[in-house]
Amino acid sequence: MATLEQTLEEILNLAAGYFKVPRAELSPDDDFFTKLGINSLQALELLTRLEGHFHIELPDYELQGVSDFRTLAERIQSRL
Amino acid sequence: MLDLHSYPSLGAALGAALERWAEETCLIEADRERENCRYTYRQFQQRALLLAAALQERGFAEGSRAAILMSNQSKWLLSAYAFLYCGGVLVPLDYKLSAAEQLALLRHSGARFLVTEYYLWRALRTTPGFAEWKPQAVLVTEAPAGADLGGALRWEECRGHATPDFVPRSRKDWAAIVYSSGTGGRPKGCVLTHDNYLEQCQSLIALYPFSPGVRYLSILPTNHAIDFMVGFIGPFLCGAAVVHLRTLRPEFIRDAFRRYRITYMALVPLVLKNLERGVRERFAALPPLRRWLLERLIGLNRLLTRRRPNLRLSRFLLRDIHQAFGGELRCLFVGGAFTEPETLQFFYDLGIPVANGYGLTEAGTAITLNDLNPFRADTVGKPLPGVELRIVNPDAEGVGEIAVRSRTVMSHYLDEPELTEETIVDGWLMTGDLGRVDAAGHLQLFGRKKNMIVTEGGKNVYPEDIESAFQGIPAKEFCVYAANYLWPRRAPAQAMSGEQLVLVLHPEGAAEVSEAVSRELALRNRRLPDFKRVSGYIVWPADFPRTASLKLKRNILAEQIRSQLDRSEAVKPL
Repeated sequence: MATLEQTLEEILNLAAGYFKVPRAELSPDDDFFTKLGINSLQALELLTRLEGHFHIELPDYELQGVSDFRTLAERIQSRL
Repeated sequence: MLDLHSYPSLGAALGAALERWAEETCLIEADRERENCRYTYRQFQQRALLLAAALQERGFAEGSRAAILMSNQSKWLLSAYAFLYCGGVLVPLDYKLSAAEQLALLRHSGARFLVTEYYLWRALRTTPGFAEWKPQAVLVTEAPAGADLGGALRWEECRGHATPDFVPRSRKDWAAIVYSSGTGGRPKGCVLTHDNYLEQCQSLIALYPFSPGVRYLSILPTNHAIDFMVGFIGPFLCGAAVVHLRTLRPEFIRDAFRRYRITYMALVPLVLKNLERGVRERFAALPPLRRWLLERLIGLNRLLTRRRPNLRLSRFLLRDIHQAFGGELRCLFVGGAFTEPETLQFFYDLGIPVANGYGLTEAGTAITLNDLNPFRADTVGKPLPGVELRIVNPDAEGVGEIAVRSRTVMSHYLDEPELTEETIVDGWLMTGDLGRVDAAGHLQLFGRKKNMIVTEGGKNVYPEDIESAFQGIPAKEFCVYAANYLWPRRAPAQAMSGEQLVLVLHPEGAAEVSEAVSRELALRNRRLPDFKRVSGYIVWPADFPRTASLKLKRNILAEQIRSQLDRSEAVKPL
């Protein structure tokens, strides 16, 4: 199984690609709303992409109160 | 629909509706492509009464306050009806608030019963101060097998044995305490009576009728005044059906439109704009000839429906678009925040009218609503039947504070007599919003007099509530304002969009903010939910004006800032 760091790396790559932000500008503790310039609905789009990538189902509530990549990775990791 | 005049309470009216339309579908809960459950009015009644019996066995009595802290789902409505049947007072809480904020409102409301979801309950229990809240019973939904619930009960297992007693309530009794904001120092719990709700329902349904066969898609949080009315009370009292979707992902919303052939949906401007973006992207991806043809058909539809909507014609001309929305969509309702006229016009031209309205929780949901006769994108419609609207101290252009008198206006703010006195003056609710009534009787909004913002997602944010997040920062003093309150803008198209919060900082010693302080501000800001973040800060190198008891004189400081600083130069981004 992938480690948390690997999951985090995949999330950062995917987010950078999907929202067209240079990967080098994103780091694990960044606030993804600010860094990607997205709103809560676009964050749900990201969640859908991540589900497809990791082949898991992530209920909307997993995003509740989460705004940084690292916490998001932890939520995903717990479902892998 | 039922003749609501003959019912003394929401519980009595809902009970009659459950009997009258016993075999009609009232509630469907879907999650992605799955359907979790489906109830007829009779099945709904049977399930809710089992819960009511269990509540009464645990001491639920007349006037008991019961909080519901859940995302949209069937158990929200089942619990609400059970509480109303038992003569309770509902306390709908926002599941998107932080656990600490939820706990503060639970305590403030005096709720002794709570229905909540497992993941929210888990967070509440670990929140500082939780032990001081003493509930009589907590019901938790969808808890995993073997989970430690800390004394709470599993909602699914709460089935009483005896037949529950219906507890009658009168029109003037409290039906709900709804928080319009105030998670910080001053919670604003609007006490709404049974009369408020029944009157509101009567006038809304007169404009937009619900009936058996009508299906309403509920995606706005049910704790929000709009969804509580048009996604529960309204459809239920008319024999219509409510469809809950457990996800807000656009792809599943689109799918639900088609699968359940949705008739109405209410949304906030943020979601409407997202929907517009999706539709525009689809148009842009069409081959040039098809796009050209579509644009002509949209133009023709616009021309032919300029006086009033003609659903049959629009569905014929723009069949593919209407099929994508399920083919039976009559109208979308939008409210809760400012909506750009261009977005409203975009949908109207497609033959999907968006009824734009204006309201406040304090006024029991809606004050004005567009009746589409004809459609106007530049106003928030006319006052609903039974609503008196007055513009206080209008200027030369007729713009002044909007005041409202109606049977839908709340009784008072819970435990806040002074705030109530400031807000309801001689029977008129002072909204704090600025507006003008045009010759056709439509209300146009012009900005805000009060120090607050409303996000595109329909959330009221009061600057005072943000201040606690910055407590202890290395500054002599600070406070938070809505930028539009400091520098009012009176232009209908922009006055109420892009609202921002700014922090006013009186630095220690130097007149400038050090990099360390600026970093600390950014860090604190990031910890706030995105819609509560301040956009920038202002350096104010003088003492804040205060009362003898050291209370900040907000309006005086605002005047000083307004007269001495220019917004574009003074606000430094954070």
